[in-house]
Amino acid sequence: MAIEQALQIFVFVILTLMTLGGGLAVVTSRNLFHAALSLILSLAGVVGYYVLLDAGFLAIVQLLIYIGAISILILFSIMLTRGLMTPRQVQRNEQWWIAALVVFLTFVVLIVALWQMVWPIADDEALRTPNVAISQLGEALVGPYAIPFEIISVLLLVALVGAIVLARETENNQGSHAEAGSSE
Amino acid sequence: MTLTQFLVLLLPELVLTLVALVVLGLDMLWRNGNGSRHLLPWIALAGTVALLVAAVLIWPLGSTGGAAITFTTGKDFGGDQTPMMVLDPLALFFKLFTAIVLALVLLSSGNYVRAHIRFHGEFYALILFAGLAMTLSAAATNLLMIYLSLEFLSITSYLLTGYLREDERSTEGAVKYFVYGATASAVMLYGFSLLYGATGTLDLASIAAVLTGSVIPVHWLVYPALIMVLVGLGFKIALVPFHQWAPDAYEGAPTPVTAFLSVGPKAAGFAVLMRLLLTALPGFQLDWISVLAGVAIVTMTLGNLVALWQSNVKRLLAYSSIAQAGYMLIGLVALAPEAHSWTTGLNGLLIYLFAYLFTNLGAFAVVIAVENHTGSAQLDAFAGLMRRNSFLAITMFLFLLSLIGIPPTAGFVGKLFVFGAAIQRQMIMLAVVGIVNSVISVYYYYAIMRQMFFGEAPDAPPFDEGPGLRVAVGVAALMVLMIALYAEPFIRLASDSVSLLAASF
Repeated sequence: MAIEQALQIFVFVILTLMTLGGGLAVVTSRNLFHAALSLILSLAGVVGYYVLLDAGFLAIVQLLIYIGAISILILFSIMLTRGLMTPRQVQRNEQWWIAALVVFLTFVVLIVALWQMVWPIADDEALRTPNVAISQLGEALVGPYAIPFEIISVLLLVALVGAIVLARETENNQGSHAEAGSSE
Repeated sequence: MTLTQFLVLLLPELVLTLVALVVLGLDMLWRNGNGSRHLLPWIALAGTVALLVAAVLIWPLGSTGGAAITFTTGKDFGGDQTPMMVLDPLALFFKLFTAIVLALVLLSSGNYVRAHIRFHGEFYALILFAGLAMTLSAAATNLLMIYLSLEFLSITSYLLTGYLREDERSTEGAVKYFVYGATASAVMLYGFSLLYGATGTLDLASIAAVLTGSVIPVHWLVYPALIMVLVGLGFKIALVPFHQWAPDAYEGAPTPVTAFLSVGPKAAGFAVLMRLLLTALPGFQLDWISVLAGVAIVTMTLGNLVALWQSNVKRLLAYSSIAQAGYMLIGLVALAPEAHSWTTGLNGLLIYLFAYLFTNLGAFAVVIAVENHTGSAQLDAFAGLMRRNSFLAITMFLFLLSLIGIPPTAGFVGKLFVFGAAIQRQMIMLAVVGIVNSVISVYYYYAIMRQMFFGEAPDAPPFDEGPGLRVAVGVAALMVLMIALYAEPFIRLASDSVSLLAASF
């Protein structure tokens, strides 16, 4: 048992280093492309957290959507636009210390809040048997969650239409080349 | 609940979605040189009428107790199965509200769209979808639904703001709006996650039940969560200090979109704010009242003081709308639990919103008319408007009076109710600041009046505003007078709409 716990803490520390280190690199890296790669590292750390918490489905979804789709999209948009041409970009401006102060204060407030709060914890029985089948998730999506599910589909349509409207060439020089509609 | 009941309760939203999709589809069908494309705004307008009719048809279902809109198949999913939306008087009020906003915006946008906008069908469809998001957010009783519908409204708003792609200020406004909005949404979502973590439920009423029944001290968590949620909603309503996006987005956006932005997202933000605070956090009333009182004072004062220096009417009205949101917030701060008094604060907020809807959309319709004709929304474009188009000048005068709050206009009734509520709750400070600010606001509203009546514009010929704008301005002006002179039905509508909320705490 003790070894198991020690192992768990070890894995947790590694995942935390990945997540926070990656995040730090995202906001400090001078190369936009490196920042995007660091983002993938950070998101992969979160995948590990989900696995550690026995949320297998969430882990897979996180992997597929955030790393498989969104990060790749970000990489593509950087490569398609000016990112690689101007590899040195300073990520700070003259207001960085205000931002740092606000971030630090938020951190203190959150730490105090999370520390003081006694969190309601589900009983051990429920934790030991996380038996949420994917089919149940699917049924919930067309049952109690039918409305949000449908709204998301309408929202995606709207975002798609909007992206095309914003990215489309004007009518007189149409057909020169199609811009990628990646405004999201 | 059977599928039929479920669909009937969702009728207004379904109708609106359907019409928006039809507009999108017909735009594709009619793309190739077909002359019927000018029918698109009329189809969109018919959609808003259909929304109004649907809302009135299902009015009896929701006006008494409120019907939960949920679709249960009788299976046990083991998790949270509380309804996502509700059809109650407040939701019905905002369906009506949305239909009027959409109708006025569509009526006043015809000529402007023909002159400046590239993709007509998509433009009208996006406006309808933004209206759909408004009705959804006002009916949402679940944090997930609240987040989704507000995000829906935000994304459509960003798109509409940046619709003039060749115009740098439109793009600049949209980017600022987007970056600011994304951050505010993220902060709000973090707040939601804290609430969910503490209570284990996303349903507003269940959150209140868990928080009040809890033996462990929860305030450590609720305070940060409350502040974070207020960041997100304050951004939507453009409350100070979350207002910085507003002037640039309002100035850059196509003017009909500015008109929509100044009313639609604000109303949705207030609807969610009322429902969330009163349903989920009634036990923390003293805390959020003191925070909101401070926000209201800062919002009114800053909005008015900065408006004094503006020379662009769109920008001026942007700051004016920030200040107006501050007055409205007084209604929520000064809410009174006893329903027998004439103003419960909450009904004042709704009356104010209703008055503000006609006043502000009317004022913007006049701005659109002037901009259509002169190509500018600067103050001097209004010079001599009285001689060039006396109908617009006189109605604009009426709208400005209403924005100041001078009788006999709707704005006076709104201010009477919110300031009255503040005095009734012994919040004299709030009422005094509100009244002082109303006096300050006379200065910059008068700047527009002076240009219209005494400004010199020697070579400016008379012009005609076109039928759509004439109807929009006329209806708005009529309603501004109606709400003041026959206030009783409007007051009853507002009081009925908040009765359930006011009784819930």
